[in-house]
Amino acid sequence: MQQFANPTRFLSLANRALPTIWVVTIILFAIGLYGALVSAPPDYQQGETVRIMFVHVPAAWLAMLVYTVMALASAVAIIFRHPLADVAAKTAAPIGAVFCFLALATGSLWGKPMWGAWWVWDARLTSMFVLFLLYVGYIAIWQAIEEPTRAAMIARIVALVGFVNIPIIKFSVDWWNTLHQPASVLRMDGSTIDWSIRWPLLVLGLAYSFLFLALHLMSMRSEIATRKLRNLQIARSGEA
Amino acid sequence: MKLLLALLRRDLILAARQGGGVGTALGFFLTVLVLLPIGIGPDQVTLQRLAPGILWITLLLSVLLSADRIFQQDFEDGSLEIMVMAPASLELVALTKAIAHWLSTSLPLSIAAPFLGILLNLRTEIIWPLTLAMVLGSSALSLLASIGASLTLNLRRGGLLISILVLPLYVPVLVFGMSATTGNPEVIAPSLLILAAITLASLVLAPIAAAAALRAYLK
Amino acid sequence: MQLSAENLACERGGRTVFSNQNFTLGSGELLQLTGPNGSGKSSLLRLLASLGEPSHGRISLAGGAPDMNPGQQAHYIAHSDASKSALTVTENLIFWRDFLGGGDLMRAMQAVNLAALADYPAALLSAGQRRRLALARLALVPRAIWLLDEPSVGLDESAQKLLAALMNGHLREGGLIVAATHVPLGLNPDKNLHLGGTP
Repeated sequence: MQQFANPTRFLSLANRALPTIWVVTIILFAIGLYGALVSAPPDYQQGETVRIMFVHVPAAWLAMLVYTVMALASAVAIIFRHPLADVAAKTAAPIGAVFCFLALATGSLWGKPMWGAWWVWDARLTSMFVLFLLYVGYIAIWQAIEEPTRAAMIARIVALVGFVNIPIIKFSVDWWNTLHQPASVLRMDGSTIDWSIRWPLLVLGLAYSFLFLALHLMSMRSEIATRKLRNLQIARSGEA
Repeated sequence: MKLLLALLRRDLILAARQGGGVGTALGFFLTVLVLLPIGIGPDQVTLQRLAPGILWITLLLSVLLSADRIFQQDFEDGSLEIMVMAPASLELVALTKAIAHWLSTSLPLSIAAPFLGILLNLRTEIIWPLTLAMVLGSSALSLLASIGASLTLNLRRGGLLISILVLPLYVPVLVFGMSATTGNPEVIAPSLLILAAITLASLVLAPIAAAAALRAYLK
Repeated sequence: MQLSAENLACERGGRTVFSNQNFTLGSGELLQLTGPNGSGKSSLLRLLASLGEPSHGRISLAGGAPDMNPGQQAHYIAHSDASKSALTVTENLIFWRDFLGGGDLMRAMQAVNLAALADYPAALLSAGQRRRLALARLALVPRAIWLLDEPSVGLDESAQKLLAALMNGHLREGGLIVAATHVPLGLNPDKNLHLGGTP
C-alpha cells in the first residue's frame, strides 16, 4: 500500500510545483544570459570566446551536483528503502550525463582558440571525462539488468562505489597533470574573477539547477507512470 | 578462518588446473606487447619512452579480462548460492576470492611484466621500482575487479559492461603506478605510499561492495 | 524443532507466484511439495533457504540456533550440482566439508555409493553420478533442515533407493525435510503441500 501512497503524493506535489519551477528557471536564465552576453566585458586576452565559460562552468558544476544527488538517492534507497529514491537516482543519471557532455563539448570548443587544439588533456577536462564514464556505466547497468528490483539494487552499489571514487580520481588526475604540465588555463578560482563575471556565473548556476529540478521531476513523473503501466499489464496478464 | 583457507586453496587449485588462469593472461599480455610495436613503429627511443605506460595499461587489461572468473563459475554451478546461505560472512568470502585472483593471476603478471618490458627496450634501472609498484598496485586491481565481477554476475554482455564499470576506478592506480616509475626521484616514495593507501582502501571497500552485489543477485 | 510458514507469499518481477501458504513441520517430518511447473515450488524452497524475502508472511524456526536464520541451518540441493569438474570427487567433498564445517568423508561417499570413484575428476562422472556427488553433501555435513529440489532427477533405481535411505535416516534422527518433486520418492510424506490451484 505504501508503495502506491508515496508516489501518488509525490505526483500531485510535482504537478503543482512544476509550473512555478519552470517560471523561475526562465527568469533566472533571462537574468543570467543578460549578465553573460551583455553586461560582462570581453576578456582582454580571450576576447568574446570567454563567454563559452558561461555555458561550460555551470554545466560542469551540475554534472558533479547531479552525481551527488544520485549517490544520495541511492544511499536513501539502501537505508530507508524509500520507493521513490531508486526512481530519483535512475532518472537523474541521463540528465547528469547530458550536463557532463555539455561541459566536455564546450570545454573542447573553448580549447580551440585557447590552445589551438580541439582537445587538450587538461586536469579538469580529464576528470570530467572520467565522470562521464561513470555516468555511462551507471546508465548501462540499468539497461543491462532486466529485472527491475535487482537492477535497482545493483545500480545503488554502482552509484555509491563511483561516488566514493570521484574524489580519489580527481586527486589522482590533478597529481598526474602537475607531473606533466603545470598550471591549468581553465582555472576558476572564485577570488580572482571580477564580480561582473562572477554574478552571471552564479545566476546561471542557479538557473541550471532549476532546469535540472524541472527536468528531473518530469522524468521521475514519466518513470512512475511507466512502472504503473507495467504493473497493470502484469496484473492483467495474471488474470487472463 | 579454516573455511576461508579451504576456499582459497580450492580457488588456487582450480586456477592452476583449468585454462583461463595465469597462462592465458600471460599469453594475452604477450600478444598485446607484440601488437604495440607493430602499431607504433619499431623506433627504440619511442618504445623506451612509452614502455612503462604500455606495460601498466596491458596489466590493467589482463587483470580486467580475467576478472569474470572470480565469481562466474561458482555462480553458474550453484556453489555461490551455498556460500551465500552458509553462516560464513559473505564479505570475507568475496575478499578471499579476490585474494585468490590476485595470487593466481595479477601477482604473477605484475612480477613478469617488468621483465617482458625488455621487449620494449625498457630502461633497466626502472625494472625494480616498476615491479614494486606493480605488485602493490595489482592487489588493488584484483580487488576492484572483484567489484566489477560481482556487479555483472548474471549478465550476458558482462564483458563490455565490466570494462566500463571498472576501468574508471583503475585511473588512480594507473596514475600513481606511473608516477612511481617515471616521475621525479622525489615523488617515487610518496607515489608508492599512496598506491599502498589505495590498496588498503580497496581492501576494506571492495569486499563490502562485492558482497552487496552478490546478495542482490542471489537473494 | 519446528519450521513453520505463515501466510507466505512470493512475488517475482511484480507477478505473484503464490500466496497465502501455511504449514508447520516438526522434527522427523517430511513435507512434499507438488504442483505444475511455475507454481513456485523452487521459489518456496529458496525462501526457506533464506535466499530471498517473502513478499508477505513469515518463516519461523523454533528450537534451532537462535542467532542463525533457517537457511544457515539448512542444506539446499538445487538443480545445479555445486561441484567442480576440475576437482576429484574427494577434493570436491573436502572443500564443502571444510567450508560448511562438516564431518565424515568416507561415510558420505558410501551413502551415495561414490567411494569407488573417490579419485576420479568430477568431469568424468555421468549426470547421475554428479547428482549423487551433490547429494553426498547431505550425508557429509550435519544440518537439521534439508531442502531438496527434485532430488531424484537423473538417478537410476538403485540410486533412488540410496536417496530414500538417506532421507529416512535423517528423519529418524529427528531432521526435517522439504522436498519438491514430480515423482514419488519412495517415502510416505507426513505432509503435502500442493501449489498452483487444485490438484
